[in-house]
Amino acid sequence: MIDKTIKDKVVNFSFVFPAFVIFSVFYLYPFFYSFILSFQQTDGIYYSKFVGLQNFKEVFASGLDWQNFKWWSITWWKASSWWNSMYNGVFITFWALTFQNILAFALALGVDKAIKTGKIYRVIFFILPVLSEIIIGLLMRELLLTNPGILNQWLEKVGLGFISHNWLGRESVLLTTALVHSWKGFGWAFIILLAGLQTIPEELYEAARIDGANYMQRFHRITLPLLMPVVSLVIVLTLLGTMQAFAMILALTRGAAGLTEVPVMRIYNHLRLSQVGLACAEGIVLGAVLIAVSFTMFNLSKWIRSRWGVLPR
Amino acid sequence: MKVAFRIIAFAIAVSVFAGIAVSVFTSCAFKKAPDNKITVWHWMNDRRDAFKELAKQYEQIAGIQVEFKLFSPPDIYAQKVIAAARAGRLPDVFGILGEKKTLAAFIKAKYVLDLTPYMDEEEKAWQKSFYPQALGVIRFKSGNEYAVEKGIYGVPIDITVMEFLYNKKLFVQAGLDPQSPPKDFDEFIAYAQKIKKSSAADGFVCGWGEGWLLNALATEWAFNLMGEKKFFQTIEGKVPYTDKDWVEVFSKFADMEKAGILASDITTMINKEAEDAFSRGNAAFSFNGSWSINVYKQLSPDLEYAFFPLPKISQRFPVKIWGGAGSSFMVNAKSPRKEKVINFLKWLTAKKQQEFLALETNNLPAIKNCESGFSDILLSLLEDLNILTHPNIWPQNEDSRVLEVMNTGLQQIIMGIRTPQEVAQKIQKIKQRILRQ
Repeated sequence: MIDKTIKDKVVNFSFVFPAFVIFSVFYLYPFFYSFILSFQQTDGIYYSKFVGLQNFKEVFASGLDWQNFKWWSITWWKASSWWNSMYNGVFITFWALTFQNILAFALALGVDKAIKTGKIYRVIFFILPVLSEIIIGLLMRELLLTNPGILNQWLEKVGLGFISHNWLGRESVLLTTALVHSWKGFGWAFIILLAGLQTIPEELYEAARIDGANYMQRFHRITLPLLMPVVSLVIVLTLLGTMQAFAMILALTRGAAGLTEVPVMRIYNHLRLSQVGLACAEGIVLGAVLIAVSFTMFNLSKWIRSRWGVLPR
Repeated sequence: MKVAFRIIAFAIAVSVFAGIAVSVFTSCAFKKAPDNKITVWHWMNDRRDAFKELAKQYEQIAGIQVEFKLFSPPDIYAQKVIAAARAGRLPDVFGILGEKKTLAAFIKAKYVLDLTPYMDEEEKAWQKSFYPQALGVIRFKSGNEYAVEKGIYGVPIDITVMEFLYNKKLFVQAGLDPQSPPKDFDEFIAYAQKIKKSSAADGFVCGWGEGWLLNALATEWAFNLMGEKKFFQTIEGKVPYTDKDWVEVFSKFADMEKAGILASDITTMINKEAEDAFSRGNAAFSFNGSWSINVYKQLSPDLEYAFFPLPKISQRFPVKIWGGAGSSFMVNAKSPRKEKVINFLKWLTAKKQQEFLALETNNLPAIKNCESGFSDILLSLLEDLNILTHPNIWPQNEDSRVLEVMNTGLQQIIMGIRTPQEVAQKIQKIKQRILRQ
């Protein structure tokens, strides 16, 4: 009997073993190695010296003027390149969470009802996310540049010349980047939300209609609560995806003198400058922040779902 | 039935894993290349066809196959070489992109062969054939700051010179003499403004989204304004970046912006975009390297332009321009075909092959006395070889963290986010922190 159990376990483990090996080699080992490197000053080739928490100190405190530091001042992060990049990441994420996801939700609701043309829209909206980030960045750059100013010329032609300006100038470059990122990314949220909407049984809506519930009541009492797990998934994926955005921003603005520099761009630049230890420390800090935010979001969504009666309290 | 199913499932799982393992290990294991084949890794897109042709010629002469493998863009190539070195999978010959400290790290890790004994053979004949400026980049003198053993660690393929360029047609349109480029900064601004007024072109375009191009110009002006001694004293930490000379250097970028001569979006522009704009006649001036001759030839063969060293910002010190650092090939210290590789590199840097490369790719050759058949524009650049300087031949180099802040700061000055004084203070702050460490 015992032999059989051990044999079963060995057989079962053998099924998981290939995945375990691949996961260990490509995920666990690099993670632990990055963790070790984050405590070193190293060029990644030859030189390596243990420096304790110095890289983390550099990430958190570099550029901050401690003598005149006012934590309540909303602009203290501007002095630190890392916190400035985090701010840029959060700004773009804010637009992705609101503009991108609301747009995706509205379109998913529309397509969910439009039975005949639904498939075409699904294809159209999903083209953008499957295109390369670099391609989107370069195309949008060509469109937005002041010279030749393709977008500005179009705006002039359709009588909206008053909107035209330097889209990649210092006043608007961050917002432009956030909007381009949201525009490129809404297809993912659209597909996930649409899939979620289609899992809601039609009978529930029919029963609500018979009970006299109007559209808003059906949306508020049926659609939203039942879609909450999917919405929270979309929010977490948007957070993770946007805070790690990089390639499109690099192609669009190259960081625009720090105005659109995001955390991953800083990590990339430090790797390029052979500051491997610092880059790893930044990667660890970013990873920790994202894990903390993701857990918070999952717990928040669980709490909301229980409040709305989808889960037992 | 259940047992049979389990056996089949187990067999499938084992074969899948074995398949993955075999494919991973066979791709990772060092493939032993045939002894008469040399592999060269490079990033030089513009030289792909010329290298291919030379490889063909060499195979006919020596019976040795040379495979040039191109990896692009350069950023990716640089990372690939580092990864290959760590994995012990470097090819026989490769180029190293980046600062001299990267080359030093490769040498200290024993990835790069010291070529001094080969260069010194036959009364240093091979060594003497090169321009000293070309060798300077890959030469380490005794007591160097990187603690690398004295020696020559690479074979230069060409020389690069960074200069200003101007569009002759736009000069004529604006009533300026196309044979007389501006001599100093004020004249440069005046000419650029005049051309901007007389045409739809911008005054100046450059790929200042790439920080190193800003850094190159800033250091050239710094050499001109404060001289080499004060420049290196700044790197040593004896002169602060808040010194009035440095602030004046940074102010020149603000002056260019205030004069309205800069192309819009210049701080987000990569060099390829700037080259494209200049080749289409969209700008009167640019700041670029000698490699751009080939780029302009491909983009706009009829473009009429010329180089000039630098619009001076001072009469106090002589002009120095970035250059010398062309492309170089390093020999893998662990290559089993070292002798064959050296023979091939000697052949590649011989007069006939260098002339071929220069004519095909419009790059300045690394060796002397092969100027016959050069275009006027290449010949004009050769005249400036005696005023070249480059971080890779300096006795000390600035920390990359300081350079990062300086480059971003210069972009911020141009975008009007910070003043030159603020940028100087920010650079000095990080400099002091690094000096304390």
